[in-house]
Amino acid sequence: MNDTIDVVINGERRAIAPGATLLEVLAELALDPRAVVVEHNRRIVRRPALGDVRVAPGDAIELVHFVGGG
Amino acid sequence: MTTAVDLVRDAPLTIGGRTFQSRLMVGTGKYKDHDTMTRAIEASGAEIVTVAVRRVDLDRSKEASVLHYLDPKRFFLLANTAGCYTASDAIRYARLAREAGFNDFVKLEVIGDEETLLPDVQGLLDAAVVLVKEGFHVLAYTNEDLVTALRLEDAGCAAVMPLASPIGSGLGLLNPFSVRTIKRRLHVPVVVDAGVGTASDACVTMEQGVDGILMNTAIAAAQDPVAMAHAMRLAVEAGRAAFLAGRMPRREVAMPSSPVEGMLD
Repeated sequence: MNDTIDVVINGERRAIAPGATLLEVLAELALDPRAVVVEHNRRIVRRPALGDVRVAPGDAIELVHFVGGG
Repeated sequence: MTTAVDLVRDAPLTIGGRTFQSRLMVGTGKYKDHDTMTRAIEASGAEIVTVAVRRVDLDRSKEASVLHYLDPKRFFLLANTAGCYTASDAIRYARLAREAGFNDFVKLEVIGDEETLLPDVQGLLDAAVVLVKEGFHVLAYTNEDLVTALRLEDAGCAAVMPLASPIGSGLGLLNPFSVRTIKRRLHVPVVVDAGVGTASDACVTMEQGVDGILMNTAIAAAQDPVAMAHAMRLAVEAGRAAFLAGRMPRREVAMPSSPVEGMLD
């Protein structure tokens, strides 16, 4: 039995704990949930719901923030 | 900073129900470092500052969010959809930007051509319709085509942003007639976005009567961005004041400024 599952975060394959929530994924990556916007399988997940959404194998997660731009 | 003319005759710029004192808006891209960027923005006097939405670098090899260097309470953050080539991508980026929680304004860009970065007007209109319906205040980056500008206004855009010349080109205002026509025909604010290269370009652009200018590269890529930001601030104010003052008519022949009478025999 595998002790991790593969998901794609910002285009990179990453191994995470099975059953992890999005909030736990952010914690694992040392990201402050207030500083990023999370898109899970193309759906935006609002901050208060991050702890409720569990990640499944093959899920696509995008973590974005504001950078310099014109 | 206000001039005597501004005090008497100018009203502040209002977009999507928000009022702004500065008619100069600036981007935050391409600066060599964050310190230069913050000092340049300060010197520009801008209130509206644009930002882009991008992936967080998971390995932290790149810099952190631009918000570490810009106080969102002090500046009005205007997220763009730069880099989007389809309406659906632009809509996706706009929704992500709004989720960051600062405001529901978006500078909508749908690019149609990689070399010129000219807008895809069909994609732009499609995205504008959807985003307006979702409650966004859409500031639409477009070319200097009147009919597209009118359609964007009809679609409910809060402002229309015709280009002076292509993004990052620094070629200045190539088509003053078209920009003037757009300004004359639209009711929503017209903010020229992209192409200004130096202060005289900004001044000439404001003299067309437009409501404001958004620029990034002209400041960020100047030899001294902070000094150029200051120059741009003055140029935008000068151009606005000159527009309000109303220029003299052009004539093809000379007219003496001193009396022709009273000359010695």
